[in-house]
Amino acid sequence: MSVLVYIESPEGKIKKSGHEVATYAAKTAQILGTEAIGLLIGQAENAAQLGEYGLGRILQIHPSENPDFDAKSWAKLISEVALAQNASVVILTHSANGKSMAGRIAVRLEAGCISGASSLPDPGTSFAVSKSVFSGKAKVNYQIQTSTKVISLMGNTLQPEKTGGPGTVEVLDKKLDTPSVKVVSRQTSTGIVPLPEAELVVSAGRGLKGPENWGIIEDLAQSLGATTACSRPVADSGWRPHHEHVGQTGVAIRPNLYIAAGISGAIQHLAGVNNSKVIVVINKDPEAPFFKAADFGVIGDAFEVVPRLTAAIRKFKQG
Amino acid sequence: MNILVCISKTPDTTSKISFKNNDTEFNAEGITFILNPYDEWYALVRALELVESGGGKVTVLNMGDATNDMIIRKALALGAHEAVRIDGDPADAFTVADNIAAYCKTQMPDAIFLGKETIDFNGSEVGPMLAELLDIPFISYVNHLEQSNGSTQLTREIEGGTETCEVAGPFVLSAAKGLAEQRIPNMKGIMMAKTKPLQVIPALSGTARVTASRFTLPPAKSGVRLVSPDNMDELVRLLHEEAKVI
Ligand SMILES: Cc1cc2nc3c(=O)[nH]c(=O)nc-3n(C[C@H](O)[C@H](O)[C@H](O)COP(=O)(O)OP(=O)(O)OC[C@H]3O[C@@H](n4cnc5c(N)ncnc54)[C@H](O)[C@@H]3O)c2cc1C
Repeated sequence: MSVLVYIESPEGKIKKSGHEVATYAAKTAQILGTEAIGLLIGQAENAAQLGEYGLGRILQIHPSENPDFDAKSWAKLISEVALAQNASVVILTHSANGKSMAGRIAVRLEAGCISGASSLPDPGTSFAVSKSVFSGKAKVNYQIQTSTKVISLMGNTLQPEKTGGPGTVEVLDKKLDTPSVKVVSRQTSTGIVPLPEAELVVSAGRGLKGPENWGIIEDLAQSLGATTACSRPVADSGWRPHHEHVGQTGVAIRPNLYIAAGISGAIQHLAGVNNSKVIVVINKDPEAPFFKAADFGVIGDAFEVVPRLTAAIRKFKQG
Repeated sequence: MNILVCISKTPDTTSKISFKNNDTEFNAEGITFILNPYDEWYALVRALELVESGGGKVTVLNMGDATNDMIIRKALALGAHEAVRIDGDPADAFTVADNIAAYCKTQMPDAIFLGKETIDFNGSEVGPMLAELLDIPFISYVNHLEQSNGSTQLTREIEGGTETCEVAGPFVLSAAKGLAEQRIPNMKGIMMAKTKPLQVIPALSGTARVTASRFTLPPAKSGVRLVSPDNMDELVRLLHEEAKVI
């Protein structure tokens, strides 16, 4: 028996989310009294360091290439390794690629699948894992009834934890099948932490009146190193790009800090953000429903308060 | 092109969520149900547009009991040509995918569209499972799709950006915001929906692989702490010293 964790290495780099799944796999293996094995597909800088997060072994396929992603052939390869390593649990990141593969791997391994898990398994009666449902309005404890389990882990569920020294990387003599989908191009913005992974988020709504006013929001985000987000009508009006839209019909996030300026706090907005650890609301209307869901509130005009907060943060960071 | 659009029924976004039977079951009392927004706004509308410009038909498929017919009729009112309901309990993602795959094996569509997730269980699992059962490609979170010369170009959301890819032959996609613009059914569509074919087929027998043991609501916030708009240094201090988030 073993726990197999697939660790993403986009453009050859392992990100914090990769260290999170490695830690999660090591802890799951400990609970089950077995070994955690890491799997890399493609190049990965500092692959051996994954051992520090508690992975007993690290396997790598295509170690000197950067193969394009294709859910079908990648899921097949990961499933084959899972079978060869006698894995009873397969763990992935709950990312675009991880989500595309979790279900496929579950079918191949005749496993039950939980996507977006936000707790370690409780081995008690039956493998129980919790996840957020109703877009953050509630949580559920799921039990997986099959002997093999597939889990994709929600970002920010736990912090990466170093427990030992580096491991050794074994290159596996296996190959991806010919891809079923051909990647033509990729456009990524560098330097900005994507919303689902962000620990700090600064968000604004219709209270900002127009796209030309977003400078103060970007300044605040920059002072913190935060990612920017927005309410749905802001994205729908084209003031901000769609990928910034958070809420029940946008991205669901769980940062450590969510600062919302000029957002009323409609139930659909709250659904996607109320898993944030700390919420700060800036709104000129003391009756805005968002204050009921906030930890800290500032009743005031965002156009005055936001620049003041930015200045205070800059002062704090310098101090 | 014949496109199958898989649709599901979800609580309205304004719903207050509660549970019953010792928090083991969703309490549907007083809840208004809607067609899952991602299925309706993006998957269905883009499928309709493709068929409107290139010919073929759009079939919508749902797994559930007869109370789901109302969301199926909504999809027909928006322009889908025909509907199938698999009459059974959509107990977990695998059950749903397995049933849809069995239906597809009797009449394979050229493409299968579904929303990127349902707004109740947020699984994103049915699409990849279905694609695996049918042994065809799956492209997640598609926000743009064009067709030319027998191949399909799709743009999908990835962390911090997008990826454009090409696929030939049947595939499954999950639809994200941007793929299409929401449509509102008109009176003619609503009238026509009443007479469009809705085929009801029996479900396969099977047991759920994943079961919900207990639901919980998030703990209520202990109350907001107000900070004067003139004292942002104090807010920074609270975030640093008490909340410890910066
Ligand atoms: C099916 C459905 C799905 C939805 N999904 C989502 C979703 O996923 N995400 C989402 O966000 N919404 C969603 N909505 C929309 C949601 O219901 C609200 O309409 C939306 O969140 C409101 O956005 P807002 O807070 O930016 O704007 P408003 O509700 O207009 O609020 C603006 C706020 O700004 C404040 N304000 C104005 N001027 C200032 C100022 N100078 N300084 C400080 N504060 C100021 C006002 O007091 C007000 O509270 C959905 C709606 C539906 C029907």
